[in-house]
Amino acid sequence: MSTSIVAHLWLIPAVPLAASFVILSLTNVQRAAAAGFAIAGQVIALLLSLGAFWPTLQTPGYRVFQNFTWFAFGEQALRIGFVLDPLAAVMLVMITLVSLCIFVFSVGYMAADRNFTRFFAYLSFFSAAMLGVVIANSLLLLFVCWELVGLASYLLIGFWIHKPSAAAAAKKAFITTRIGDIGFFLGILWLYGRSGTLLFYDGGTGALESVGLLSLGTSATFIALLIFCGAAGKSGQFPLHVWLPDAMEGPTPVSALIHAATMVAAGVFLVARVYPLFSLGAINGVTPSLTVVVWIGVITALISALIALAQPDIKRILAYSTVSQLGLMMVSLGVGGVAAGIMHLLAHGFFKALLFLGSGSVIHGCHEEQDIRRMGGLRGLMPVTFFTYAIGMLALSGVPLFFAGAWTKEEILHATSQWSPSRVPHYLMLAGVVLTALYMTRQMIYVFFGDRRAAAAHAHESPPVMMLPLIVLAVCAVGFSVVLTPAWPWLHDYLSGERATYNFSLLIQPMLYFALALVAAGIGLGILLYRRASEIDPIERTLPALFRFLENRMWLDELYDRTILGWARFAARLSDFLDRYFWDGLVRLCGGLGRLFGGLTKSLDERGINAGVDDATGVTRALGRFVSARHSGQVQIYLSVIAVGMLALLFLYAWLT
Amino acid sequence: MMTPTLPTFLMISAALFCIGLLAALSRRHAIFILIGIEMMLAAAGLNFIAFWRFGPQPAPPIGVMVTIFAIAIAAAEAAVGLALVIAVYRHYRTTDVDQVDQLKG
Repeated sequence: MSTSIVAHLWLIPAVPLAASFVILSLTNVQRAAAAGFAIAGQVIALLLSLGAFWPTLQTPGYRVFQNFTWFAFGEQALRIGFVLDPLAAVMLVMITLVSLCIFVFSVGYMAADRNFTRFFAYLSFFSAAMLGVVIANSLLLLFVCWELVGLASYLLIGFWIHKPSAAAAAKKAFITTRIGDIGFFLGILWLYGRSGTLLFYDGGTGALESVGLLSLGTSATFIALLIFCGAAGKSGQFPLHVWLPDAMEGPTPVSALIHAATMVAAGVFLVARVYPLFSLGAINGVTPSLTVVVWIGVITALISALIALAQPDIKRILAYSTVSQLGLMMVSLGVGGVAAGIMHLLAHGFFKALLFLGSGSVIHGCHEEQDIRRMGGLRGLMPVTFFTYAIGMLALSGVPLFFAGAWTKEEILHATSQWSPSRVPHYLMLAGVVLTALYMTRQMIYVFFGDRRAAAAHAHESPPVMMLPLIVLAVCAVGFSVVLTPAWPWLHDYLSGERATYNFSLLIQPMLYFALALVAAGIGLGILLYRRASEIDPIERTLPALFRFLENRMWLDELYDRTILGWARFAARLSDFLDRYFWDGLVRLCGGLGRLFGGLTKSLDERGINAGVDDATGVTRALGRFVSARHSGQVQIYLSVIAVGMLALLFLYAWLT
Repeated sequence: MMTPTLPTFLMISAALFCIGLLAALSRRHAIFILIGIEMMLAAAGLNFIAFWRFGPQPAPPIGVMVTIFAIAIAAAEAAVGLALVIAVYRHYRTTDVDQVDQLKG
């Protein structure tokens, strides 16, 4: 039973992939078929994922894998495989479910787009690549799918290729994540060099199992950090987070897919997958590599939460919010709360997809307006969007008891408070919670409350095909919390490989009151600050310098432009100069010498050898012409010559005797 | 009357040869050239007879035999020569050897 499931695990990414290829072969006008194939592929993948999910529920700590040889060279054989464990199973279900909602939403959102079919092909491809990452039992296979995710994101962020900003954003996303991937790839090579295997689980000899880990020794720290480079690139961790907000140039369903279900989740998932590498030789749950993860996560979470406060673009606020939440997940993984981090990843997948699709609905309703300062008062015009968006916002802010985000956040805060080296991350994360509530309140008030400003005048509610996914995701964002509470920590124990027990008295923890106070403080502060929202932000009025600093994303893009890109440009110009004048000159010199030699040889050939042969043949021909002129064809002349010759011989004979 | 001697015959033979040669070299008509050649052959035959007649006697009739063979060969040669002349005439519509000069270089 179990082996048959893992043997058919590859079908889960293969079905959307096949759908993607089928859709690519359709023409632009076959819209219904394209959407149908994509959604059908996703539904099948979801059903298969549920089928794979089922056996993992039966046994705690369930793990099956199937490895096979990809190719062999000499003594070595490169083996890849698939693995099914609780981590993979929940990710599969979450990804397929959220993707399905996003696919359905896209049918409405992209209805007017000319390249509707191509869009669904890319979406399916994106989802397939991400599912491949999740079920990979080999770092190499994971890396391949990981790069496919990168490719899909490039295609989708730059989907509106006619916009220069979209093309630039796609390029930026691709190149920035590639910088991280270089580190990742070096880590893979190093790991292979030390342990001789890239399989995660291989019956005791995999890289994440005892034998494999023993062979690593102290290099595990560096390998883990190199792999973290890749994770930081994909999950938008500081200092490689700059691509994520720019990725908003893509169509909104793409943003939802990138930020909720696929791309950014890959980084967090990767760290969770190779967690044994990070925690190898841990003393009291602390290793150097995990400490790096914690601090990078803290910096990312805080910086982006601050930047989100001053962004005017509805999607950019959500983008920075994602970066911030990813930082929080990294902190959680770093301090040892792997289950908490993954729980937050899953919950975040639901409510961030909800928020992005909600923002898509808002943008759609306001005729492609994205500036929240030009919206306002949409509450009455778009009631369903408002209601679902509010649920997403409350879940993201972490309002306790009813919303998924609250329980996972509480879990993470609890984990950070247990971290022995320092209490600073814990306090900074508490500040992050307040900031999150604050910027989400700001966005809510700007978009849905107050006066109707310019773009809100003709706003309309979106069609039902867009409403349905919002409602499904809202239900998930609330309903998901059932398995997260401390009273019945089912998901936590499921991920940790234990059996959950039910104890209602544990529902209310001291941390809950604390969290409630923090969130209330954030929302209250937000209402106080933004209750009379106008075109000019209240922070801008009182602290213009700070606002401009945050609005311009702490000048980080400009800093990169001046430093790294400046150097790159300088190097490029230097190379260009060298190429143009030095190397080109050298090549031209060689070419000139060659031509000179060729000319010499040619003239020698023509004037010397050729002319000599010509002269020799000339003499032969002249001789021939002379001799041939003697042959007049007159028989009697020949005859007379013979007679004269005969006579001469006769006289010669007479004279000699 | 003077008794004929060997030099008399040799001189007649030489004269006959020279006349034949002159005819072969100077006539333009192919048949006359053939006649010239026949005369030169006849001169050679006369020589054979003369040397045999004035040689030591008695002797086997070698000279006569050779001359008879030469006459037979000359007859065959004349037939071939006339056939050639006819063939040349058919091809060139002339028997003037000056105009039959296609082998010139």
